[in-house]
Amino acid sequence: MAKLLTTEQMAEFASSGCLFFEELIDKETNKEFLDDIGHTSADKVDSMETYNKNIKATSSIPRIKAGSPLKNAYPVNSPLEKILKNEVVAGAIQSLVGSNPIVDHQALHLTFPTKFFKGANKRQMSQGNHQDSTIDPRSTFDIQVFYFPTEVTKEMGGTRYHPGTHLRIVNEFAIAKYQNILGQKSIVCKPGTIGIFHNGLWHGAGVNFSDEIRYMFKVRLQPTEKQELLWDPEKKYKPLPNRALYWTDENKEETINDILMQSYPWQEADTNRLDKINVVKFWRLLTGHKKMDVDYWLTRIENKLY
Amino acid sequence: MAKRQKVLALYLKFPSLEAEVISWATFDGTGKKLHMTGDSDEPPYPTGLDALLDGWRLFQSSQAIPEYPGQEFRTSYLKHEFFFEKLEEGDF
Repeated sequence: MAKLLTTEQMAEFASSGCLFFEELIDKETNKEFLDDIGHTSADKVDSMETYNKNIKATSSIPRIKAGSPLKNAYPVNSPLEKILKNEVVAGAIQSLVGSNPIVDHQALHLTFPTKFFKGANKRQMSQGNHQDSTIDPRSTFDIQVFYFPTEVTKEMGGTRYHPGTHLRIVNEFAIAKYQNILGQKSIVCKPGTIGIFHNGLWHGAGVNFSDEIRYMFKVRLQPTEKQELLWDPEKKYKPLPNRALYWTDENKEETINDILMQSYPWQEADTNRLDKINVVKFWRLLTGHKKMDVDYWLTRIENKLY
Repeated sequence: MAKRQKVLALYLKFPSLEAEVISWATFDGTGKKLHMTGDSDEPPYPTGLDALLDGWRLFQSSQAIPEYPGQEFRTSYLKHEFFFEKLEEGDF
């Protein structure tokens, strides 16, 4: 039975563009996945190209035509089928992209340690910041499910990401000139961790300074239905009433609205307000409450008398 | 002695050099240090002004462009961009 997201988790996703489930997949399934791809220690690997080729040739990860339903995409009882059917993963997918999502693409990202670059006379560089695919001005959104089968330590250079950037519309690597962004985070996690990104979230791979290969499997999923209250089929969610602005009580309790209105360290003083407005617009779509507001951001400018 | 350029790009919280740094990038033409994405979590200077005080010369900053009608709420790239340089002499 799929475990749907809570309204708090949905608000966190609407605001930050990402959710994480630490150590969610059990050890046995992680081992099955790693055995399936022929994982071995880095000192037994000759070259990056050969290792990649062997995984493609021998693993059970199927070739999936873009646009195929997720339901039958992975072989029954294969590690990836088990991972995507995990009640928490399946529930998060259902909450965000519905019951019948389709697969856009999948990839197994491998990040190799320094010795492979020295051997091949290549410069070992991190991947620049980017937003996947291409300019995407839709209100509909896709998700990218990330699976980390091994531990990712800080020196392994786990995926770098920038919470709250998902609603900024940019053109793929056109953000690569921002080498560092205040508040940037890099994934450091235990084996079996799952991350879910909004397709617009700015991110990039780090450099692997450890002695082991780093793995990250990802699959991008698209919805086939309207993404409205998918996590709340009984439609219990009701927007909160307006609250006082600026001149407020100090001891107020944290609500869904506080999660939605989080600020991020990288936001400009002026554009930060537009970022908040865009989160409210996104929340209107997700909840179906087309007039709802948080902290009067939209009501103020919708009060047009002429 | 040859001259080489070092470039520092700072993105600020608002369009004045007094504003705090929210994003940064360094490109070192002397070849002494290879900078890359994600290589530091702390900005090199708290504000743009602090970069000037340390000898960086400003050579370009972003213009204020009015929001395109109908697109006033569209958010995209970081807005307040300032490019600085330092020239270094040496045997490269």
